Amino acid sequence: MNTSLILLILAIIGIAGYVAGARHAMALVGGVSSKLHSRPGYYGSFVAVWAIVPAVVILFVWLVASPIYISSSVRGAFPEDVKAQSQAEQGLSYGMITSIARGMNALTRDEIARVENNPIELRTALGAKGVPLAGDPKPYMVKAAADLNTMTFVSRMLMTIVVLAASVGGAFSAYRQIAPRFRARNRVEKVILGSLVVASSIAILTTVGIVASMLTEAAHFFAAIPAWEFFFGTVWDPRFAAAGSGGSEGQFGLIPLLLGTLYIGFVAMLFAVPIGLFSAIYMSEYASPKVRSVAKPLLEVLAGIPTIVYGFFALTTVGPFLRDLSSQLNGLVTGDYSNFIQAQSVLTAGFVMGIMLIPYVSSLSDDIITAVPRALRDGSLGLGATRSETIKKVVLPAALPGIVGALLMTASRAVGETMIVVLAAGVAARLQINPFEPMTTVTVKIVNQLTGDLEFTSPQTLVAFALGITLFAITLCLNIYALYIVRKYREQYE
Amino acid sequence: MNMMSESAVEKALDQKMSDASHKMIGKDVSVYYGEKRALFDVNLNVRENTVTALIGPSGCGKSTFLRCLNRMNDTIENCRVTGKITLDTDDIYDQNIDVVELRARVGMVFQKPNPFPKTIYENISYGPRIHGLSKSKADMDQIVEASLQRAGLWTEVKDRLHESGTGLSGGQQQRLCIARAIAVSPEVILMDEPCSALDPIATAKVEELIHELRANYTIVIVTHSMQQAARVSQRTAMFHLGQLVEENDTDKMFTNPDDQRTQDYIMGRFG
Repeated sequence: MNTSLILLILAIIGIAGYVAGARHAMALVGGVSSKLHSRPGYYGSFVAVWAIVPAVVILFVWLVASPIYISSSVRGAFPEDVKAQSQAEQGLSYGMITSIARGMNALTRDEIARVENNPIELRTALGAKGVPLAGDPKPYMVKAAADLNTMTFVSRMLMTIVVLAASVGGAFSAYRQIAPRFRARNRVEKVILGSLVVASSIAILTTVGIVASMLTEAAHFFAAIPAWEFFFGTVWDPRFAAAGSGGSEGQFGLIPLLLGTLYIGFVAMLFAVPIGLFSAIYMSEYASPKVRSVAKPLLEVLAGIPTIVYGFFALTTVGPFLRDLSSQLNGLVTGDYSNFIQAQSVLTAGFVMGIMLIPYVSSLSDDIITAVPRALRDGSLGLGATRSETIKKVVLPAALPGIVGALLMTASRAVGETMIVVLAAGVAARLQINPFEPMTTVTVKIVNQLTGDLEFTSPQTLVAFALGITLFAITLCLNIYALYIVRKYREQYE
Repeated sequence: MNMMSESAVEKALDQKMSDASHKMIGKDVSVYYGEKRALFDVNLNVRENTVTALIGPSGCGKSTFLRCLNRMNDTIENCRVTGKITLDTDDIYDQNIDVVELRARVGMVFQKPNPFPKTIYENISYGPRIHGLSKSKADMDQIVEASLQRAGLWTEVKDRLHESGTGLSGGQQQRLCIARAIAVSPEVILMDEPCSALDPIATAKVEELIHELRANYTIVIVTHSMQQAARVSQRTAMFHLGQLVEENDTDKMFTNPDDQRTQDYIMGRFG
C-alpha cells in the first residue's frame, strides 16, 4: 500500500474517531452537554488525535529508517571483492542495484526468468522499460536487486499493518477513556501547544542548521587559507583553478568586497533615508486620511517589486542615463564628451537600491511616528507650538530611537542585496573610492564563486561560505542592535 | 499681599470677581463631529481671575466646549465649530487670528499628565523657547524657576532639573505640565480633568495649586468630581447632552440650583 493511501486511511479513521468520540461523550450524559467537562468536540478531537498522531509518527520514522536498514543489509551481503572497494564505488554499485530493482518491478515474471542469468540482455530489457543502467550489471547485482525488492515489499507490508493497527488501537483506547469528567479539553490543548512548539522549533533548528553548515564549510576554507589573509587581504583574485592544475593559489582578500558592500549600502541609504523619512512624516502628520489610504499602499507597492526588476531597470535605464548625462556635462564644461560616470557604477547601484529601500524606511518610520502618543502632540500644540515645531521638537525626538532601529534594519537589507548590485555595479572587485566607477559586493562574489561547474573542495568555492558567514554576522549584529533599540524605545510608553 | 490675611485675599479676589469683566465670551457655540452634533448653541462666559468648573455626565460636551476655547478641536478631523467665542475682544475663530498665538494666550493642561520625553528643564523651557520669550540662558533659568515655583514643584525637583520629566510621579508630572503651561505666561489656563489620573494626595496638591493660580490667571476646569468643583471653583456650569443646563455661582449651584437636572446630577440621581 503506498504512503498517500495510508495517510488517506488514517484521515478517515481520524474523522470517524472524531464523530464516534463526540457522540459517545454526548450519549454518556444523555445529551446534556453541560454535564461534560469539555465541549463534545474536544472528546472527538481527543480520539482523532490518538488515531492520527502516533500512527503518523510511526509512519515517518519507518519511512526514514527502513531504507537505511535495507541498504545496510544489502551492502552487507556484497561479495568480498566488492566490499574491498572504496566507499564511493560501493555507493555506485548500490545505486545500480536500486535501478535494477526498480526495473525488475516493471518486468513480468517470465521476462525476469529469461534475463536473470544474462546481464547484457537484462540491460537492454530494462532500457526498453525506460530504466537506463550506467554499466553492465554483474550477476551478484541481480540477486541483490531481487533481495532488495523482497525486503522493500515485506517492509511495506509490515509498515501498513503496524501503522493501521496503531491508528485503530489509539482511537479505540482513547474512545475507552471517555467519561463525563474526563478532561478532554486540557489534553487536546496540550497537543495543540505541542504542535506550536514543534513548528517554532523547526524554524529555529533550521536556522541553527544553516549556520552550522556555513560554519563547517567556512572552517574547511580557513584550513586552506589563513583567516588573517581573508579578513585583512586587500586583493580579491580567486583565480579559477582548472581542475587538477595545482599551484594556482588565489588571493582572497575580503576588504575590497566589504568596502564595496558598505559603500554601495551607504550611497543607497543616502538616497533612501531622506526621501523615506520625509514621506513618512508627510504620511503620518500631514496627509489627510484619504490621501494616506491611497498613497501608502502605492508606496508599499515599491517594496513588492522583485529586486531583479530593479536590477534591469538600473542596467538598461539608470546606468546609461547617468553615463550619457555625465558625458554631456563633461562636454559642456570642458568640451570633451567622454563620460566620467560608468554605466555600471557605485552611484547607479546605490541610487536604484535607494529607491528600493524607500518603502522600508517610510513604512517602518511611519508606524513608529504614528505610535508616538497623541497626548504629546496635544501637549505641544496646547502650548502654542506650530505643527512643524511639534514634529521637529517633540514627535521626532520621541520617535528617534525607533527610527534609528528602522534605519539599521534597512541597512541590513542593503548589505544583503544582490541582484541590483550584480546588474548595476558590476562584478569587478576593486578597492577605490570613486562613486562613478564600478565596485562589487560580498553577495555578488558569493554568486560568482558558486555558479558554473565546480568542485566543492577547493578554496575557490569554499570561500563563498566564509563570505556568507561574514555577511550573516554583519546583518545579524545590525538586526540585533536594531531590535535592542526598538525595544528600548517601546518601554518608554508602556 | 503678604500683609493681608488669607481670608482678606479671598475677599479681595471675590470682590474683583464679582465686578470682573468677562475674559472669554462664548455665543451660540455649536460643535459638530462629522454629522454628529456635540454642542447645541452654548452661551457661556468665563470671568477674569475666576475658576470656572464645567460639570456634567460623560459625553455631555464639557470637554468639547473646553477645547473650543483654545481651538484644540482644530486638530481633530471632521470637527466643525460654529458660533462666536471672544477672548477679551478678539474673535478667536476669526480668519486673522493666529491659532498659535491664541494657544500661547490660552494654555491647556490635559487629563493624563503628558510631559515630553525630555528633561524637566526642557519641558518647561519648551514653550518660552518656541515663543522667543527669553533673551539669554539666565533669563530662561529665571522663567523655569519661576514657573516651577508657581506650580509648587520647585523644591521637589530643583536638584534634578536635568533628569527626564517622565521619571516623576504622576502628581509631579501633572504639576510639571501645569508649570509648562504657566511658563508661556498665558492669560487663561484650561484644565481637562487634571486630577482624574492622580491619587488623593496628589489631587489635593493640584487643587491647592489651582486655588493659588487664580490670583494671576483665569482658569476653566472640567471635572467629574462634584467635591472638586465645589472646592476649587467660584463659578460652575452644568452641561447635559450637549446643552448648557445652568451656570451659576458655585455656592448657589451646590446648595440651591435653579434647574432640576442640576439638582438631580449633584444629588447623584443620574450621570
